[in-house]
Amino acid sequence: MVEDRRSFVAWLQAAPMMLIFALFFLLPLLFVTIVSAWDYNEYEMIPAFSLRGYTDTFEGCIAELPGLCTILKTYLKTLKLCLLTWILTLLIGFTVAYFLAFHVRSKTWQIVLTLLCTIPFWTSNVIRMIAWIPLLGRNGLVNKGLQGVGLIQEPLEWLLFSEFSVVLALVHLFTFFMVVPIFNSMIRIDKRLIEAAYDAGATGWQTLVNIIIPLAKPGIVIGSIFVITIVMGDFVTIGVMGGQQIASAGKIIESRLNALQFPAAAANAVILLGITIVIISALTRIVDIRKEL
Amino acid sequence: MSKRWKFNNSVSRRAVLKGATGAVGLAAGSGGITGFPYVHSAEPKVLRYLGTAVNEGDDISKKCLEDTGIKIEYITATTDDVTKRVITQPNSFDVLDTEYFSLKKLVPSGNIFALDARKIKEFDNITPVFTKGQLPNGKKIGAQGTAPWKVLYLEGANSKKFSTTPTEFVTLIPTVYNADTLGIRPDLIKRPIASWTELLNPEFKGKASILNIPSIGIMDAAMVVEATGQHKYADKGNMTKAEIDLTMKIMTEAKKAGQFRAFWKDFNESVNLMASGETVIQSMWSPAVTKVRSMGIACTFQPLKEGYRSWASGFCVSKAVSGPKLDWAYEFVNWYLSGWAGAYLNRQGYYSAVLSTAKANMTPDEWGYWMEGKPAAGDIKAPDGTVLEKAGAKRDGGSYDDRMGAVACWNAVMDENDYMVRKWNEFIAA
Repeated sequence: MVEDRRSFVAWLQAAPMMLIFALFFLLPLLFVTIVSAWDYNEYEMIPAFSLRGYTDTFEGCIAELPGLCTILKTYLKTLKLCLLTWILTLLIGFTVAYFLAFHVRSKTWQIVLTLLCTIPFWTSNVIRMIAWIPLLGRNGLVNKGLQGVGLIQEPLEWLLFSEFSVVLALVHLFTFFMVVPIFNSMIRIDKRLIEAAYDAGATGWQTLVNIIIPLAKPGIVIGSIFVITIVMGDFVTIGVMGGQQIASAGKIIESRLNALQFPAAAANAVILLGITIVIISALTRIVDIRKEL
Repeated sequence: MSKRWKFNNSVSRRAVLKGATGAVGLAAGSGGITGFPYVHSAEPKVLRYLGTAVNEGDDISKKCLEDTGIKIEYITATTDDVTKRVITQPNSFDVLDTEYFSLKKLVPSGNIFALDARKIKEFDNITPVFTKGQLPNGKKIGAQGTAPWKVLYLEGANSKKFSTTPTEFVTLIPTVYNADTLGIRPDLIKRPIASWTELLNPEFKGKASILNIPSIGIMDAAMVVEATGQHKYADKGNMTKAEIDLTMKIMTEAKKAGQFRAFWKDFNESVNLMASGETVIQSMWSPAVTKVRSMGIACTFQPLKEGYRSWASGFCVSKAVSGPKLDWAYEFVNWYLSGWAGAYLNRQGYYSAVLSTAKANMTPDEWGYWMEGKPAAGDIKAPDGTVLEKAGAKRDGGSYDDRMGAVACWNAVMDENDYMVRKWNEFIAA
């Protein structure tokens, strides 16, 4: 009886969250999935079963073998950008978090320095990206500087509107999402463990690999989930920094939406969601976040 | 005494509260707070105006309120989002300002309401560009694509079919239009440019751009392909699948060879690309060229021998509009065509639908510069008073007749739009 009442109270406590989750997440997701299997014409969705949105998306995937079809090319490109961004944000984010957690002693300074990491978020996304143009452009600061020093004769074209600039902007934007969860994990590592390792004669590297990284894993995974999900769905940053010349999974959805082809856009959204879920579940298989938290 | 005082007090407090909530509501609705909106009028004349930022000037709404008492609340969206909104939320606006090419999507949806030509005072004075596809002097204009005169009339008030002969049911009352071409940086190119082929000229490798709005971008691409002599289209605005394949193949090869620096999607992007020297030749819009020039950077809206790609927009109302609101809509459209707004548009480098009334609201020098291709006698100023051109300057492309007369095609929605969008995605991914 007591057990029953307890579980009832627990359900009741979880109810508001569940309700919000169901209303604003599960239900819309269900609609998107349903719509993705509808037909459409120039101006409206037709509620009749059709897998056109999917078959159109994979158009040419068999016919063009061994060449790659549009959707595969797009996803390979998106995954490549995602992987590069993930590796870089992880390296930089881990380093920054390590510095904040173990080298900065005072709480105040930790807070101040963490706040400094949020600087990229003080301006709007668009302005932040436009600001790269005077820096990396053909006549930008970097090119002018390098030419002035005499290192290069011709301006470097690949600095802007290239995969380089896309990854640079993404890393600049999203490293913070790595820093915070990793820092959070690190700060909770019992300092005595590190002292014990030191006393047992472990080198700094051994301490890092055998103690800090394993214990910071939940933070690393959470940060990775943030970064990967954002980058997989991004089309604004890739669009602006890639000079609209680099395809992304999000961009395909956007152009389908703009052409009023909602079912096709929904189909692409479902595909993107599926792929992102696969990546995330692979990550959580490596580390069981629920157990670690 | 004290009782009466109390009574008054409560009344005034209620009035204040009412006023305050009204003000909050209006401010929320208009998206910005510009002074206190009046709430004392029994029924303020308010029209929600959905359109792109291009035509939604604050000066126009201010002048309209002054002249007619109609308060215009702008709802600003991009071209694609305007269409999306009409399809999905027809009750969220009253007056719609949109382009003729989107009618192929909007009219079948049944969400817009044709206006009655007989209630438009100046309708008979609307330039024959819209009604007959010819210049005032009788010269025929290129009709490829969704030319406005093909979709100007409906067969009946609630019809979803375009009429080939004039009827009183007008899909969009024309307001503004222009002829687009390539913008160039003459200071960096240093030689004359005369053809659309130059966009793909390897000389400008890594310094060219087109816009990444599929339905418009492919038209510019088609102008290039036709200019190079690789294919002659029956209708650039309505390609066959094979023609779409061919066009995209040529563009893909150019893209892979590194011809394009970037594609642009938004007015400011095009200005930035050009002003920073990232590109020296690209598809562009007239006011964007003006903006680059007003930054002190040489930029020409280059007339080309193959002609212009043109666009046009106009007014209609939501199907949800009726009663007094419909009357205000007519009043607003009539005011719009009565001259002040037309002159305002002409001064930005666009063209107004009723030339005679706009002319009456412009100085002879302004009219000469913008419309007749004459050298300016004095400085030419923008509507906000900034100097656009010094005395002696001539408009790129010359007069109205020269520019509109050289139109080769109009912005369009193709029958194969779905296929085209997919091919465009393929082009971006290549």
